[in-house]
Amino acid sequence: MSKKIGDVILDLQNISLRFGGVKALTDISFNVRQHEIRAIIGPNGAGKSSMLNVINGVYHPQEGQIFWHGQERKRMEPHMAAQQNIARTFQNIALFKGMTVLDNIMTGRITKMKANFIEHALWFGRAKNEELEHRKKVEEVIDFLEIQHIRKTPVGRLPYGLQKRVELGRALAAEPSMLLLDEPMAGMNVEEKQDMCRFILDVNDQFGTTIVLIEHDMGVVMDISDRVVVLDYGKKIGDGVPDEVKNNEDVIRAYLGAGH
Amino acid sequence: MPTQANYASLDGLHTFPRLLFHHATIRPNAPAMREKYLGIWQTWTWSDVAERVRALACGLSSLGFKRGDNLAIIGDNRPHLYMMMAAAQCLGGVPVPLYQDAVAAEMLFVLQDAGIRFAVVEDQEQVDKMLEVLPQVPTLEHVIYDDPRGMRHYNQPFLHDIHELMEMGRIHDRNHADFLNAEIERGHFDDTSVMLYTSGTTGKPKGVCQTHAAFIAAAQGGVQVDRLGADGDILSYLPMAWVGDHLFSYAQAMVAGFTINCPESGETVMTDLREIGPTCYFAPPRVFESLLTSVMIRMEDAGKFKQKMFHHFMDVAKRCGADILDGKSVAFSERLQYWLGNLMVYGPLRNVLGMSRIRVAYTAGAAIGPDLFKFYRSIGINLKQFYGQTETCAYVCLQPDGAIKFDSVGPPAPGVEIKIADNGEVLVKGPMLLKEYYKRPDATAEAIDADGYFMTGDAGFLDEDGHLKIIDRAKDVGKLSNGAMFAPNYIENKLKFFQHIKEVVCFGHDRDMVCAFVNIDVGAVGNWAERRGIAYSGYADLAGKPEVLELIRECVEQINANLIHDSMVADSQIHRFLVLHKELDPDDDELTRTRKVRRNFVAEKYKVLIDALYAGKANQFIETEVKFEDGRRGKVSADLKIIDAKTFPIVKKAA
Repeated sequence: MSKKIGDVILDLQNISLRFGGVKALTDISFNVRQHEIRAIIGPNGAGKSSMLNVINGVYHPQEGQIFWHGQERKRMEPHMAAQQNIARTFQNIALFKGMTVLDNIMTGRITKMKANFIEHALWFGRAKNEELEHRKKVEEVIDFLEIQHIRKTPVGRLPYGLQKRVELGRALAAEPSMLLLDEPMAGMNVEEKQDMCRFILDVNDQFGTTIVLIEHDMGVVMDISDRVVVLDYGKKIGDGVPDEVKNNEDVIRAYLGAGH
Repeated sequence: MPTQANYASLDGLHTFPRLLFHHATIRPNAPAMREKYLGIWQTWTWSDVAERVRALACGLSSLGFKRGDNLAIIGDNRPHLYMMMAAAQCLGGVPVPLYQDAVAAEMLFVLQDAGIRFAVVEDQEQVDKMLEVLPQVPTLEHVIYDDPRGMRHYNQPFLHDIHELMEMGRIHDRNHADFLNAEIERGHFDDTSVMLYTSGTTGKPKGVCQTHAAFIAAAQGGVQVDRLGADGDILSYLPMAWVGDHLFSYAQAMVAGFTINCPESGETVMTDLREIGPTCYFAPPRVFESLLTSVMIRMEDAGKFKQKMFHHFMDVAKRCGADILDGKSVAFSERLQYWLGNLMVYGPLRNVLGMSRIRVAYTAGAAIGPDLFKFYRSIGINLKQFYGQTETCAYVCLQPDGAIKFDSVGPPAPGVEIKIADNGEVLVKGPMLLKEYYKRPDATAEAIDADGYFMTGDAGFLDEDGHLKIIDRAKDVGKLSNGAMFAPNYIENKLKFFQHIKEVVCFGHDRDMVCAFVNIDVGAVGNWAERRGIAYSGYADLAGKPEVLELIRECVEQINANLIHDSMVADSQIHRFLVLHKELDPDDDELTRTRKVRRNFVAEKYKVLIDALYAGKANQFIETEVKFEDGRRGKVSADLKIIDAKTFPIVKKAA
């Protein structure tokens, strides 16, 4: 497999994040290159999800700078991230349980819709053509994720593994250039994990999407990521290709639970 | 040369390519194939199909595919794969469909045996299998794939996208406009049209060579008996390697000119069925069974009133539904009730099942429980059994409208002769018989006797109306140690009709009593357990619950009580049984790919359990290796309880 990893598109420099007296992240720097799969790992409470939330604009670090495609990013909000083609999934599934899979994935297209509220409500003007076009994209995602059989099923009735897949589908529907995945494989069985790995690799390979993921399953992380950053107690203790990280003494210590 | 009653009416259309181009001329704009893609049904008309088949055939030819070559076809039912079949036939080649869910090693034998040079496969998954076996199949030269997804990084020169092949073919066709027509002209009805491998319940699979004439004869017979027209629709979802699919989705569609519909994926079949509303539907009994089970499970969740209404009208249907369908005389009051029931229950139910437009539904492959069969007929679905083998194009007996007997497979189909051998084996002769087993003259000679009859290996008899009744596989029919007949399938089928039981294997040959292994139906029993607040963690746990064992014991005893009325099999009451800790699975070689039990293999594998059954033990520990879908292996173990079932004294008929 040949994959072209491009330039740095996201550069985080000296990020520190505090909640009152709690230091969630301390002076963390790392970058993400175009088309790569970048994993963030670390023990519980290491600050992985906080890191993702910083990238996504949910949390605003007190210190440090973030460069997105070379431009310094000032204060930003999640909807701005969406407009900048950053999509994400959540650790605990955040889908609309009562809506069908199709409708849930359709919500991923919302930032791309141009018709206004009235047009949508009355189904005229741009709304009609636009919906057909969006539906086509959504169907492509459904085909890609092989979930045709649950297209019209309310999400709440699906098993966990499939809900995770639908969530990925919603993120993909936004045609993101960067995809943030927060523990996409948590709570899955081996077969579901394998499927999810395949989808992540396929997304990366076919659409060239840059992927930042948090994952606990070390086997998965080491297999699919190009580079790994390791956090522990809000500090960066390792960064590099999987083999380097695997042999990093600090990382081994953090994972084997040696005394602090 | 095969004798074919209707060659005159065929008007020179005695090969499948000729039929195809005939349809393209007389009904160019009628739909020939549909496939659901991106949520929308895409249609190919007969002229589209003809154009693509032309392109594919020319493309194959420019890659070097020659008369007499075998073309492996591996994948789910896809229009392009059906078109490839016709394309190979245009060139005088032989399509060889393989079961697509087999792992590479299982495909190896067929690929080697058929000397495959060309393979057309559905997607990346199948391409990977071809690459895996490539070193062991030196003959394999070209692999063509239909779905390009994930294929970007494959740069082997022998891999071809089917669309590129078509483009190649179109250029070839423009430069040599007469080439393909001449090739089609050279095709003869006595040429092999397709090679279907037997499932290999015993020994290695054998390639059954069927001629154009045989399949056209079989298709014509079926089309005549059931009056299938060009306006029909069929859902093609069973494996292309199965003779039934080849008969219905390919041969009959080509003969009658109806539309085949390919589902979106294996899991959407039920939804697609509802959307298409086919006029002709076929499924093995277990599909009808699981449909009924799911209806019953959902009915249990319905409100009181609906349940009452459902059961009331199902009783009405049971009394008179089948007779109404058969056109027999039924009292006016009953008719009125049935009419009402049709309005309120049967019609909506048929609609939910996707069978509103059904003209005829077929089942075959295994015996169907009479109650199950009656259920479908009573709600107005013209369900029929047919009987046949790969070697007979699945065409031996057909049940004509109005003369359906629940326990027989019907009279011989048009053109077919049936004879019962002295040992009870069914022998058949007719235009649909196989030409030969591929490269196996020994096996061919063994299967066809001196008078030209094919030995089916099934035991059966013709009843007073000339309808064939099948009892069991001839080799499976054994004797209990007291000399009474033991027909394991017969008993197993009776048990399998209970919604809670999925699979049964009975033992009793040369023994003093009959014992059985049971597989519960995890859907139905799981639902049953939930209703009773019984917690369970998985199949093995559920199967070991005392309440479940009790439930199964009741089923077994009911069958025992039932068996005493039939003097032939009254001795076969089940004395002891156990519920297996894992489901029998084709991946573990316990079932064939068509999901028939491989009896001897199961007996060998679970020998300690059989010994425990006959030794009178109360429980037995067992550890079994299982193969997961991804090829890894694991072990499951359990301590199985052995249950004694009540048996009943045999009622001797008064002399």
